[in-house]
Amino acid sequence: MVMKKRKIVINEDVCMGCRLCEVHCLVKHSKSKKIIKAFKGEYPRALPMILVEEKGHLSFALQCRHCEDAPCLSSCITGALYRDPNSGAILYDEKKCVGCWMCIMVCPFGVIKRGSEKKIVSKCDLCLDENVPVCVKNCPNEALICVEEKL
Amino acid sequence: MKYLIIGNSVAAVAAVEAIREKDGKGDITLISDEPQFVYSRPLISYLLAGNVKVEQMYYRGKNFYENNKVRAVLGKRVTSVDAANRKVVLEDGEEFLFEKLLIATGGKPIVPKTKGSDLNGVFTFTKWDDVEKIKKLLLGTEVKRAVIVGGGLIGLKAAEGLTALGIKITIVELSDRIMSSTFDGTTSEMMKKILEKRGVEVVTKNTADEIIANGSKVGGVVLRDGTRINCEMVVFAIGVSPNIEMVKNSGIKVNRGIHVDEYMRTNFPDIYAAGDVVEAYDLVLRDNRPIAIWPNASIQGAVAGHNMAGGTKKYVGSFAMNSIEICDIPTISMGLTDPPAGKGYEVLQQLDEEKPTYRKIILKDNVVVGAIFVNDIDRAGIFTSLIKDKIDTSSFKDVLLKEEFGLAWFPKEYRKHLVVGPGIEI
Amino acid sequence: MVKRPVPNEFIIERDEKKCIACQACVRACSYDVHTYDPETDTVESDDSKCVGCHFCEALCPTKALRTVRNPSAYKENANWTAEVINDIVKQAEQGGVILTGMGCDKGQRNYFDHMVLNASQVTNPSIDALREPMELRTYIGTKPDCIEIDYNENGPVLKTKIPPQLELQTPILFSAMSYGSISLNASIALARASAEIGTFWNTGEGGLHKALYKYGKNTIAQVASGRFGVHAEYLKSAAAIEIKIGQGAKPGIGGHLPGEKVSAEISETRMIPEGTDALSPAPHHDIYSIEDLRQLIYALKEATEYEKPVGVKIAAVHNVAPIASGIVRAGADFVAIDGLRGGTGASPKIIRDNVGIPIELATAVVDQRLREEGIRHKASLIVGGGFRNGADVTKAIILGADAVYIATAALVAMGCTLCQKCYQGKCNWGIATQDPYLTKRLNPDIGARRLVNMLRGWSFEIKEMMGGMGINAIESLRGNRENLRGIGLMEGELKMLGIKPAGEAW
Repeated sequence: MVMKKRKIVINEDVCMGCRLCEVHCLVKHSKSKKIIKAFKGEYPRALPMILVEEKGHLSFALQCRHCEDAPCLSSCITGALYRDPNSGAILYDEKKCVGCWMCIMVCPFGVIKRGSEKKIVSKCDLCLDENVPVCVKNCPNEALICVEEKL
Repeated sequence: MKYLIIGNSVAAVAAVEAIREKDGKGDITLISDEPQFVYSRPLISYLLAGNVKVEQMYYRGKNFYENNKVRAVLGKRVTSVDAANRKVVLEDGEEFLFEKLLIATGGKPIVPKTKGSDLNGVFTFTKWDDVEKIKKLLLGTEVKRAVIVGGGLIGLKAAEGLTALGIKITIVELSDRIMSSTFDGTTSEMMKKILEKRGVEVVTKNTADEIIANGSKVGGVVLRDGTRINCEMVVFAIGVSPNIEMVKNSGIKVNRGIHVDEYMRTNFPDIYAAGDVVEAYDLVLRDNRPIAIWPNASIQGAVAGHNMAGGTKKYVGSFAMNSIEICDIPTISMGLTDPPAGKGYEVLQQLDEEKPTYRKIILKDNVVVGAIFVNDIDRAGIFTSLIKDKIDTSSFKDVLLKEEFGLAWFPKEYRKHLVVGPGIEI
Repeated sequence: MVKRPVPNEFIIERDEKKCIACQACVRACSYDVHTYDPETDTVESDDSKCVGCHFCEALCPTKALRTVRNPSAYKENANWTAEVINDIVKQAEQGGVILTGMGCDKGQRNYFDHMVLNASQVTNPSIDALREPMELRTYIGTKPDCIEIDYNENGPVLKTKIPPQLELQTPILFSAMSYGSISLNASIALARASAEIGTFWNTGEGGLHKALYKYGKNTIAQVASGRFGVHAEYLKSAAAIEIKIGQGAKPGIGGHLPGEKVSAEISETRMIPEGTDALSPAPHHDIYSIEDLRQLIYALKEATEYEKPVGVKIAAVHNVAPIASGIVRAGADFVAIDGLRGGTGASPKIIRDNVGIPIELATAVVDQRLREEGIRHKASLIVGGGFRNGADVTKAIILGADAVYIATAALVAMGCTLCQKCYQGKCNWGIATQDPYLTKRLNPDIGARRLVNMLRGWSFEIKEMMGGMGINAIESLRGNRENLRGIGLMEGELKMLGIKPAGEAW
């Protein structure tokens, strides 16, 4: 478990829009955690919590910024979204979510997605149970970097 | 420091947490006229429909008061605030002194003085208790049909909840369309069609003039135009107004709601107010008005609590925004959604009646002032920063309606500014 | 006549069990080999477009892709190889000159693979590179004829003024690769790596991009026949200047940057119109004799106030020895020689494969000639042309070089797979392209890191080999031909290289 404040830094100058971050994020949050099974054997397919924006040759991956003054925290009507005191990350309790979409309405980055099963929202959880978030680990060009600072 | 909070919903909770962040020692007392542990008011329609269980209603964990050292006085109503003597008086005469007071009493439903509104089977729909009362009625009476007076947010949510229980619903709305203060004409029409497909009857330009008795219970409703509808339940969902009863004669400045400055302070320096009960600065309409939505109450409560404990945080203001899913069609609306004609507003819209999807962006001088999304609500939140920071969209106006619109179109420096935090670069 | 298409060189093998249709390969390939069919949710590959760069393979998250040689073959023929046949078909179809990229791949004879190094055994024990200091530091520049030393009360004081030198921490430099043939990110990586290791990189004939001026201390500015990007600031910002007469990949003709690769930024840096082919003239039109060269060398020295070494780069050709001698006498502070296997971004294939001589021979004969004429000290000798590892470097130094220029190896370190399609400007690795969508793929931080790693590895290998020979300073290695023996070489070749055949002792 992470006991440091973790942030993912985005570098749009070297992102090549390969979307491997989306692939690996999906696998990490799938049932089987195995890439071929996650894509071909699970239904409904898991959703990645990172999204890649593209405009011409500009591209970058965007995931929850785990903002300090997070609008999603204020807008969640069930308390499903909460801040983890250890890492400062904003996590969510799937069981509590009722799919009101208030968080989608207020997130200025648009990084919260409606889940594949209706009413459930999916959002980056910083891979707190991994040494390095999987998007960072698998980016072939170091366009995503993990920065950690001791709390 | 003696902190006193009147209220037990999201503004009060945010205030408690903000106070405790700064002041771990002061006394916090919380008074509420509702007997339940802090719960999420918007979930009552889900509770009624059976989509959430009682356990899911609670907004915080069961040891919230304990962990935050809050003395919770629940089920008791405050009847007056004595600002000069710094005390509040309860219904039963008990008095509570304070050094800092937060009024977070929210709104109360507007109940018209319709003949027959005292019959058994007439409800409002704003509290958990209302759900319990409705359920009690349903146990004892067979309710085949219900009339909901008011086609706004609460009315539609009540309709959803009751329809899920198999009750036939008629919505009676006074204006010419449902959700008239939130949606524009096109969206209201779309939602009306969707409701009708689900078997909900929608009547506009009408209201209930009289509720007819069937013994001591509700037997039916007579509308203004003379139509009679037989029903066993009536729900008044005309609207809510700020719950300011208790500050009458207190000297606290009140307009439509309790008037507060940017620090959430009333005209009395130690008395604060937050949530649906206040009128605060509207960024889009540029005036002070009640903006009764959940996120505002949470942020205002946090600002108030922080300042009560000695901080100086400012509330930057907000604007109306709503997310409501009607019959499985999600909608998100924000800002000014139905601009008056001829005042220089530019409207971009895209309607697909088949799917159905609808996207509408309202601009003034190239700045987004409002937006509506029906069905494809993904990433709608991006528009809140366009509205809040008044970004000049002239270089990417033509992409605003497209699905792929995102941060990539924002000017690079603004994008960096948005995302930059300690060590976040883009 | 039935048109005969040139059969594709490569076939993409996709393991359908592993392919998850993530479309990374579709987005990756600039040659549009892979396409996604949303109806069947599968990815298909058009082998005819594949150049064998392996980028899609590198990205594929399930390792479902393999690039294999197209087994469809002509009947075996030593003279009429598939390449020869296909080239004729192409020319019959289109006319024109067949272009290619990178260095000669025909295998005329790589002498490095026929020379072996010595090691100390009993007498003259070897030195442990892990535990003893080993000196790889090299100075490029003209050395004075003799040194005069004064003695005062503090001790010896050097009286002779030493002409300007380049100090290298390792005898390896990055050879000329123009901004235009490679991307800006690749140039940044080279510049940063040079600064970190303590060596130099060469601008090539593309001029110097604004973003690279801050690496001036580690930059060698090239002045080529097209004079692209040559202006006063450019010369002043660099640490040394190199006049390019020729390059190993295409001796006798000038540089070539196809119009597809001349973007707005290239246009600005090179000072030419956007989209036009940048064809350097074959000769410098102000150098028609050795005296003209001397004039240019001194004009450049004047322009930079005699503070920087000014050298000359030539291709290794038959008369390389007397030419080098002439260049040294013309006042050059260093002579750079580029051999037959030198790389390029674009060259007519027929010239790349048939003109010039291998660098091993050129190094040996030039070093020998300059020593015989007593002018070896007047200019440093930098050699290049297909150096692949530390052993090639060590052998070249033994044959007489002061330092070695590498380029192809540097690109391979940054991802290049030698598909030889640089001239198309669609390099998927982001190296030989100006397309902003592709150049992003070369992260300069990663590129610089890999180059530094490679140079560190090679430097240490050189130290190990030197130590093995009982040598602890690169000066003792230079020209020390006793430490080299030839294997499988003919007498004439041994004589040219100045080395004995393996088996023969001192």
